[in-house]
Amino acid sequence: MTTRGALRYFETRARVYRHVWRGSMISTFLNPIMFLAAMGLGLGSLVDEGPGAATLEGVSYLAFLAPGLMAATAMQAAAGDSSWPVMAGIKWLKTYDAALATPVGVPDLVTGHVAFVTVRVVFASGVYGLIAAGFGALSVPSALLATLPAGLTGLAFAAPVTAYTASLQRETGLTALFRFGIVPMFLFSGTFFPISQLPGYMQPLAYLTPLWHGVELTRAAALATSPAWNPVAHVLVLIVFTVAGTILAIRQLGGRLIT
Amino acid sequence: MDPSLVSARDLTKRFDEFVAVDSIDFEVRPGEAFGFLGPNGAGKSSTMRMIGAVSPRSAGDLSVLGIDPDVGGASIRARLGVVPQEDNLDTELPVGENLMIYGRYFDLPRPVIRERIKELLEFAQLESREKSKVDSLSGGMKRRLTIARALINRPDLLLLDEPTTGLDPQARHLLWDRLYRLKQEGVTLIITTHYMDEAEQLCDRLVVMDKGKIVAEGSPRELIERYSPREVVELRFPVGVQEQVLAQLDGTATRTEVLPDRVLLYTEDADITTAAVHARGLQPETVVERRSSLEDVFLRLTGRSLVD
Repeated sequence: MTTRGALRYFETRARVYRHVWRGSMISTFLNPIMFLAAMGLGLGSLVDEGPGAATLEGVSYLAFLAPGLMAATAMQAAAGDSSWPVMAGIKWLKTYDAALATPVGVPDLVTGHVAFVTVRVVFASGVYGLIAAGFGALSVPSALLATLPAGLTGLAFAAPVTAYTASLQRETGLTALFRFGIVPMFLFSGTFFPISQLPGYMQPLAYLTPLWHGVELTRAAALATSPAWNPVAHVLVLIVFTVAGTILAIRQLGGRLIT
Repeated sequence: MDPSLVSARDLTKRFDEFVAVDSIDFEVRPGEAFGFLGPNGAGKSSTMRMIGAVSPRSAGDLSVLGIDPDVGGASIRARLGVVPQEDNLDTELPVGENLMIYGRYFDLPRPVIRERIKELLEFAQLESREKSKVDSLSGGMKRRLTIARALINRPDLLLLDEPTTGLDPQARHLLWDRLYRLKQEGVTLIITTHYMDEAEQLCDRLVVMDKGKIVAEGSPRELIERYSPREVVELRFPVGVQEQVLAQLDGTATRTEVLPDRVLLYTEDADITTAAVHARGLQPETVVERRSSLEDVFLRLTGRSLVD
């Protein structure tokens, strides 16, 4: 692998993005507004009045929710960018084959892809954070600070999802990934409520998901609170997912394309 | 120094139990247009992918531009141009940017690439399409763009895997003309094809492949002279009649080849053979006299035609 090769592929993704960014803008801006209004303000008005408010560590539900959604958005954007577009590169457009006919190698493709997705994710979660700041949930500096753990959350999904996509023959497995992986994580990994509210036997399951660690870190950064575990432990878990995912993605993609 | 650009000894490619390329030997010399002729599944593309340093060989020796692909794959690929069988242009990018990203993969500076984009679009007769979407191009235009893309790094060796498959005759001739120009400029070409006319048009030298093996080697002319009499008479009979008359054709030609829809008579003189057929009272629906081609060579060597 060369840094240069990875940068070249990063450049390709950036060029493609320049032509397709408009399509993603609506969801990037509209989703935060809708979620923060409906859940943060609407549902939040009930939560803040109710007995559950005590579990939110003394902040409003809107403030509790906003960083959770930043991390969850990072997950969704990273998984989205690492699923269908990767399948297109492998199978539908075969642009990976085109790149591999040049000095660019499989590790360059994987690292260049993951790096670009991470930049996209930091941008998307940043937009989320700033809109949340507009809602009065966070201050602007803490919203921007929270994009770092959100970006790390994106990394921890981009790499393993790329590996998973590269292992699939057909795209039906991608629908399954979202239905049985991404959506349940979105709902049950601490985004909308602390996992202490889950039945006891389900809590360890949340520990296994990268999203819970991402949510804990992002929330701690945004609200200047302490996360559930030592922050170093959360960061390490996300790094393990990133590194293992990258190694697997290189192996899977290599086995698929260099035959 | 090794005078050949590509040299292979006992080159073999296996996919599990299946042997795609079965211990073949060949040399490609600088400046020549070298062809792999054979039907689908003969092992041509597998051989091309090994030469292109994107498919590790299973056994044997291979040297491309003096480098072993197992060791220096990236340095080989830096000096190759590859036109794959299926166009793999990036349809999310316009024509010009497809060339730009490719140039960047070769680490060329952007101003250099911009210069070359101008030249290459002209070469590919796509000057006015720089900003067009790839999907708006015709099949022939996409092929020409893929060839232009393969030339962005000024390769020493251009690999073309079935460059004209699926194109209409006009598009094919335009493409052949462009490839002929490249050859004139001294670019070494390796071409796979299952079209004998393409091989005859473009290749100085070729090998005929079947079931992973090389069954013959030479220039198109040499192969035809070696494996097939000079001329062919093609006879077509009404349905059901062909079987009954076969015996009566004995002795009219040097060799007879029976295809499902027609009979081929190989001969040194087509007129004499045709006269002999008529003298025996046979009345085929059509009689076509023509020169022998690589198709006939292939039929002779394998008993099957190239294009099913």
